[in-house]
Amino acid sequence: MASSRLSRRSVLKTAVLGSAAVITRPYVSGVHAAGSLSLGVWDHWVPGANKALVKLCNEFGEKNKVEVHIDFITSQGEKDKLTAAAEAQAGTGHDIMSHRDWNIRIHQEQLEPLDDVVGGLIKKYGPISPVAEYLAKIKGTWRGVPTTVGSQVKPCCSRIDLYQQHAGIDVREMFPPDEAKWDKAKVEAWTWDAYVAAAQKLYKAGYPIGLPLGQSSDAVDWVGGLFNAYGVVMVDAKDNIKINSDETRQAMEIARKLVEVMPPDVFAWDDAGNNRWLISGKGSGIMNPPSAWAVAKRDNPKVAENCWTHPVPKGPKGRFVGQLPMFYGIWKFSKNKTAAKELLTYISQKEAVAQLVEASVGYDLPSFRSMYDLPTWKNVEPPPGTVYNYPPRGDEQTSITGAPARSEVGAQIYNQAINTVMISKFTQGKEKLDEVIKWAEKELEGTLRA
Amino acid sequence: MTDDGVPDRCGSARRSRETGTRADTGRQTRMADAVQSWNSAIGAPAAAVRRTGLHRLLRRRSTIAFVMCLPLILVIVGLIVYPALYSIHLSMLNKAQTRFIGLGNFRFLLSRDTFWMVVEQSAIFALSAVFFKAIIGLITAHLINNLPTKGQRKWRGMLLVPWVIPLALSSLAWWWLFDPTLSAFNWVLTGLGLRAIPWLSDPYWARFSVILVNVWYGAPFFLIMYLAALKSVPEQLYEAAAIDGANAWQRFVHITLPMMRNIIAITVLFSLIVTFANFDIVQILTGGGPRNMTHVFATYAFLLGIRSGDLPLGAATSLFMFPILAVAAIFILRGVRRRGREIG
Repeated sequence: MASSRLSRRSVLKTAVLGSAAVITRPYVSGVHAAGSLSLGVWDHWVPGANKALVKLCNEFGEKNKVEVHIDFITSQGEKDKLTAAAEAQAGTGHDIMSHRDWNIRIHQEQLEPLDDVVGGLIKKYGPISPVAEYLAKIKGTWRGVPTTVGSQVKPCCSRIDLYQQHAGIDVREMFPPDEAKWDKAKVEAWTWDAYVAAAQKLYKAGYPIGLPLGQSSDAVDWVGGLFNAYGVVMVDAKDNIKINSDETRQAMEIARKLVEVMPPDVFAWDDAGNNRWLISGKGSGIMNPPSAWAVAKRDNPKVAENCWTHPVPKGPKGRFVGQLPMFYGIWKFSKNKTAAKELLTYISQKEAVAQLVEASVGYDLPSFRSMYDLPTWKNVEPPPGTVYNYPPRGDEQTSITGAPARSEVGAQIYNQAINTVMISKFTQGKEKLDEVIKWAEKELEGTLRA
Repeated sequence: MTDDGVPDRCGSARRSRETGTRADTGRQTRMADAVQSWNSAIGAPAAAVRRTGLHRLLRRRSTIAFVMCLPLILVIVGLIVYPALYSIHLSMLNKAQTRFIGLGNFRFLLSRDTFWMVVEQSAIFALSAVFFKAIIGLITAHLINNLPTKGQRKWRGMLLVPWVIPLALSSLAWWWLFDPTLSAFNWVLTGLGLRAIPWLSDPYWARFSVILVNVWYGAPFFLIMYLAALKSVPEQLYEAAAIDGANAWQRFVHITLPMMRNIIAITVLFSLIVTFANFDIVQILTGGGPRNMTHVFATYAFLLGIRSGDLPLGAATSLFMFPILAVAAIFILRGVRRRGREIG
């Protein structure tokens, strides 16, 4: 009888090849889901982006004999959150619901554990965004699957011509559309102080930058990035209020300098305010996903041709960009959980993600860094490479206001926009910094009730 | 009369036709006799007595009235009473809605500075808006009432437009006029060489703006109510006052106002309740900002309940004005009843 000798090396080789095959194979459904599935998903603002999701869901439905029904729900007026709240209270509704920012935390008790789905994706695609993990992994259990659709970061979007002409900065040269070609010294020098200096020059030239300071997510996110860059902790993970610190004073000083050189309307801007500012041609820079650029492409092409998306400035504690992921959750009352999980796995594969990113013209951002090499960000124009730096690259890290407090507390901090109110009290309200910090301490104390 | 003593117009008429017992009473009986017949069981046919209980129940006027009102009652119970009771229940739960905490949410709110700011702002918003709506409504109602009848309808129609347009839609139009970057008002002001006004970015101007829009929207309601009241004041009173030598102001103070007091009280009460509960205008124009300085109860409740995910605290916020408004309503309605009796 012939016998084959199994060496340690051959076992290892087979295992590695086998793992590689598992990881790289296209997604094939292992479970034959059936029945019907209803989805309540965020209504994308990019024309045609919803169609990509519909196509993927229909493909899944045909392969698995599942009837998929999708309702697109706008986030205008928080209708998506209202719907989710209503379904959670009523215990009936869609099988799968998309949840923005803190909503997974808010509805955690009514959401099905999804460790198998997210665990499988992490195994296949590597580390996931820490912000997504903070928001959706609760007490060690994933309650939501980070989606590509609607997830975003808010890096700088600057006018190439105005920065060059009035601030002497070539943003395209500093952050070319190839990470390997970045000039490390220049990138290192791109700090909040440098940003303030550029903003002052642009203001003098009559083209101020515009960062919102209202109480909407765009405002909260950029201020969150600034605070993190200076190491500001509002409430730590053990419920200690830490806002009264030198770090806070430093960050507030940067904010004060910026407010001096921004239009006074920033306190009233909603999430579209900075977009309008850039598109109007009066503004030289904002912090936003490529939506402003995309709208400019339609409404003011000359502005769009001069837009360049690039990383945010760095502070003493690092370079932090505000991230706002979106998730899909499966309600516990769903009658077809197996099919729901199958569908979420299907639309989270890299091939599917590539279609979603393409359809959104690069706006949608997956939560896996290993997917940041998709061609869309390199290809879309004008100008070529304009949104290459939209996914966090280099030393840019993602952050969310409210972290590292326990998420119930973080949700209150974020939604009550305590950080932006601090800045408006200090600058517009002309209150003393110590009084503002005292006010913030009291507000934060209130959030601990959660 | 039905078996339980409730007058039954249809039943008695039918009985009259069936038995003919009153056929010879002729036309002289008229209404008085007819009313008597409803209150009398004498002469009721034996067949009617034998009717089933259900049949009798269905023949009662109160039953018919109830059945006809039932759809409305169901709507009110389903969309007002149940949510109100559920909201009271919610406001007494902890954040996770797993434990009854009594008045804990209310106690917490009372300890927050921001909440007291919201109370103050809601009061400023509602009281000033209702005051200006009432004044503008009264003045315009008088102006229209004094117009020739031919032109009145046109003006009435035009002035009602703000009230007819859906509030969310008109608030969006106002937002465009106030837009921080591209304000149409500011475009005109700067075109005239004046300074632009920070309509929504300055907290005090933002307060003014939300009140202005509320007044614009609500004044036509006052106008139409006051106009109806003015039309109901008997002309003879004015004629008598004119004979006595009363001037226009005296006629207004001593005739018009007293005759309108009930309408004014009810309109103010109704508007006060609706204005305190306003959501659309503030949410669309300012979202409660800048610096939380335009939040009213409804927008703050939305922020806490829906955006921050603390439904019980949101419910407690929205219910905060309930007892105060209820007491105000009791006093105002009591006054209305008293004056009604005096007039009667």
